[in-house]
Amino acid sequence: MSTPEPGGALLSVSGLRKHFPVRRGLIRHTVGAVKAVDGLDFAVTTGETMALVGESGCGKTTTGRLLTRLLEPTAGSIVFDGHDITHLSQSRMRPLRRDIQMIFQDPYSSLNPRHTVGTIVGAPYRLQKVRTEHGVKRAVQELLELVGLNPEHYNRYPHEFSGGQRQRIGIARTLALRPKLIVADEPVSALDVSIQAQVINLLADLQDELELTYVVIAHDLSVVRHIADRVAVMYLGTLVELADRDSLYAAPRHPYTVALMSAVPIPEPSRRLQRDRIRLTGDVPSPLNPPPACRFHTRCWKAQPVCRQTEPPLVELTPGHQVACHFPEDVPPATPAG
Amino acid sequence: MIVFIIRRLVGAVLLLFVVSAVTFSIFFVVPRLAGATAEDLASRYVGKTADEQQVRQMADKLGFHDPLVVQYGRFAKGIVAGADYDYGPAAEHCPAPCFGYSFLTQAPVWPDLLDRLPVTASLAAGASAIWLLAGVATGVISALRRGSIFDRAAMGVALAGVSLPIFFTGLLALGIFSYTLGVTAPGSSYTALAEDPAQWAYDLILPWITIAFLYAAGYARLTSSGMLETMSEDFIRTARAKGLPERTVVLKHGLRATLTPIVTIFGLDVGLLLGGAILTESTFSLNGIGRYAILAIGANDLPKVMGVTMVAAFFIVLANLVVDILYAVVDPRVRLT
Amino acid sequence: MTGTEDMAGTARDRPEDFLTVRDLRVHFPTDDGLVRAVDGVSFRLQRGRTLGIVGESGSGKSVASLAVMGLHSGGPARISGEIWLDGEELVGASAERVRRLRGAKMAMIFQDPLSAMHPFYTVGAQIIEAYRIHNDVRRSVARAHAIDLLARVGIPEPASRVDDYPHQFSGGMRQRAMIAMALSCDPELLIADEPTTALDVTVQAQILDLIRELQAEFHSAVIIITHDLGVVAELADDVLVMYAGKPVEYGSATDLFDLPQHPYTWGLLGSMPRLDRDRSERLLPIPGTPPSLITVPPGCAFHPRCGHTDAVGTACREKVPELTEVAPEHRIACHLGAAQRERIWRTEIAPKL
Repeated sequence: MSTPEPGGALLSVSGLRKHFPVRRGLIRHTVGAVKAVDGLDFAVTTGETMALVGESGCGKTTTGRLLTRLLEPTAGSIVFDGHDITHLSQSRMRPLRRDIQMIFQDPYSSLNPRHTVGTIVGAPYRLQKVRTEHGVKRAVQELLELVGLNPEHYNRYPHEFSGGQRQRIGIARTLALRPKLIVADEPVSALDVSIQAQVINLLADLQDELELTYVVIAHDLSVVRHIADRVAVMYLGTLVELADRDSLYAAPRHPYTVALMSAVPIPEPSRRLQRDRIRLTGDVPSPLNPPPACRFHTRCWKAQPVCRQTEPPLVELTPGHQVACHFPEDVPPATPAG
Repeated sequence: MIVFIIRRLVGAVLLLFVVSAVTFSIFFVVPRLAGATAEDLASRYVGKTADEQQVRQMADKLGFHDPLVVQYGRFAKGIVAGADYDYGPAAEHCPAPCFGYSFLTQAPVWPDLLDRLPVTASLAAGASAIWLLAGVATGVISALRRGSIFDRAAMGVALAGVSLPIFFTGLLALGIFSYTLGVTAPGSSYTALAEDPAQWAYDLILPWITIAFLYAAGYARLTSSGMLETMSEDFIRTARAKGLPERTVVLKHGLRATLTPIVTIFGLDVGLLLGGAILTESTFSLNGIGRYAILAIGANDLPKVMGVTMVAAFFIVLANLVVDILYAVVDPRVRLT
Repeated sequence: MTGTEDMAGTARDRPEDFLTVRDLRVHFPTDDGLVRAVDGVSFRLQRGRTLGIVGESGSGKSVASLAVMGLHSGGPARISGEIWLDGEELVGASAERVRRLRGAKMAMIFQDPLSAMHPFYTVGAQIIEAYRIHNDVRRSVARAHAIDLLARVGIPEPASRVDDYPHQFSGGMRQRAMIAMALSCDPELLIADEPTTALDVTVQAQILDLIRELQAEFHSAVIIITHDLGVVAELADDVLVMYAGKPVEYGSATDLFDLPQHPYTWGLLGSMPRLDRDRSERLLPIPGTPPSLITVPPGCAFHPRCGHTDAVGTACREKVPELTEVAPEHRIACHLGAAQRERIWRTEIAPKL
């Protein structure tokens, strides 16, 4: 197996699509498709954290499931660590599962309540038939310690732990096989604020220590700002903006990103009436029948006729900052934030 | 909705064909595989004193020498289009749906079944109404007064109801209410509903209650656990937050949501019962489908047994279809596609 | 005891207070022990004002609001203290009396509008029902009212959407419908329990705007319960921070965000990622986890997670701190002295926020 240079692409995705057919009628013929993911191109470099951000229905979770090959892509390609895994069968995929792991949102439902922590965290060793130097128990206890849990709790059951601790158990299980890539789907959104910060810091520490690469799927822009090196903003199955974190948060260029940031409440009551807000009206349209051309045009305050006719390509406006918009926002003159 | 029903009806018909094929196999193919010859099968249809010649003739007549597919085709054709039988004392036409011709009683099976269906249907209708009402009401009260004396008593009785067999409770009930107290009809009485509704109900009340006792227990438990779950739902809290009186909260909001799974089971139970309440009909000597089946099995009268099997299968398939449609009526989130 | 009497006692009963809660306690006996879900909470609220109650899961914020609504009645909860709504005491009032107030004078909206609406009844039917319990009107009148309300909360084509079922609405639309239902009888007190937690951020912004507009229009008192300090900052005039069933800090929103005084509030602010500040390399989480409400730590419930107990000594572990006024209309429950708090805030906390 090749080990790419740091800085090289560990994962690259091009033209990725996932359409779920909709069947109706007497013979259940296909009458349409939910275009959950509709043409994604991006690459994730070894050692970085890439975030996929968007609102519900934007396809970010489906993307995560495609990357980990829990779902079969309709079109496009996924190359991981030099292997084309786009259409690998489950059995051919199995050896690669060691290298690609997933963290789930809900620490309550993703752990089997009838198994002890030791069994849960040690499961990957058994499933992948990996030999451990000093036995599975020792390895599991090391993992528990790594994620900040008491190794003596090896024999406890998930219900004896709090939400944050359960998420740590989930993370320990993920780390068992020393994966190269971790896809984390909303890893902190079910946790309390004070616990969220603990888990965010833990993820950062583990990345430094174990040279992990993360793809984080999240809806919370302020959380993403803390974990991600690069951020991809999704809307109705497509990428609207992809940029380095600092560049994106300093100067979002796509109107949707601007609106998304503007909607985040600011914990400063004295300034609440002074803020310029952009309020999107209405809801995200159905991915079954997305608007033509630029999908955001139905809710965009800058929409022009061209937005309804031509789909804007994702183009690099400044180095490392790609935007899919006919009328991107200007970069404001540099002013100190806050 | 219409498309759904059409598709399900087509499915139901196919399923019935499968059932008919399986039934046919059990009675005609499996014995052959087990080594029985056509003559062995035919020997049932001739007298005990018949010689080999007669048996072989009968086997020929009955078509037991034909390939199995042809035999099945004949059987299926009888159901769809009717059949003619000329091996009784006189040639007889058996109109569709012809489930066969009994050589013992020398009559087609279907009219017999039609005769007995009202008894079984009456039994099922009355009993199901009683158990549904009693079971659901008991379940609701138990859930609301959890841990109370009522709850414990009801659940105790429910346990007894599930565990006691019908031939025990039925005979006990007959002994007490009919023979000792004389307040209910003794067994083997049935009056058609159209003839005298009051007498109809009087005759059937004891079997109804006996069946209902068995089923109501399960429904009480199901309703009680469903209610407990529903009453902790968010929408119940919303209903209370609106200021609804507790009665409305329970009956309109709670019970409505609890009933959905009960409707499903209810439909299937009634479907099953329509295929013959064997134990109850035997205990009370009612001439319904179930007793018909028992008698037919006892007499080794294959066409009758097959007829009953097909009718029972039909009701279960029908009940499934009705339940699916009801589901969509009860729960607007269910889209039938 | 917890010293909340102090707050309710010294703070004169002001006639303009629409809702006054004094030393509210809600305890649940369980097989494992007594759960002190709410243990001595006091606050007050005027018409046209918004109170934010903030806390993590298990802090008792929702239990307290359900107690105001009288929604614990009939259950195992033991409730003590006083709840005065517009001059009427509710803890001692009959369940029937509180039921008549519920939905009419006080109304509530919940976190997840999908599970909070009955799946088998149309949105319209549910609003009509809410209106007709408290108003003796014909169904057609109530229906027209429901359509008005749906239009008012921003539902397009209300005349046809009124007959839709909740599952046919989007998340944001459902929460709007929920608000319409709560507003059906012009309540003077509106309690919103995590009203936007289940929603997307752009929809959350719409709903927060809507609540603010409606409050201005109806001049009602609003309690917003949330774990999200951002949401509180957007809406609340006053903020009550709760920890393990007790209030730890209570003051105006500006004081609380600009000059927070309690270590737990510092912790919440520090662990919160924010967009309006320069990105810090690391968040400052509160160590440990919230305590079980059956075995609340002795003394100050927060002391096992607090980084400043050394400055106080044994009091934090032994004595429950009272909620006391440290500045005008700003109360905290902490053993730290004023000078210590000032120093810690200035040197350790403020620079990192």
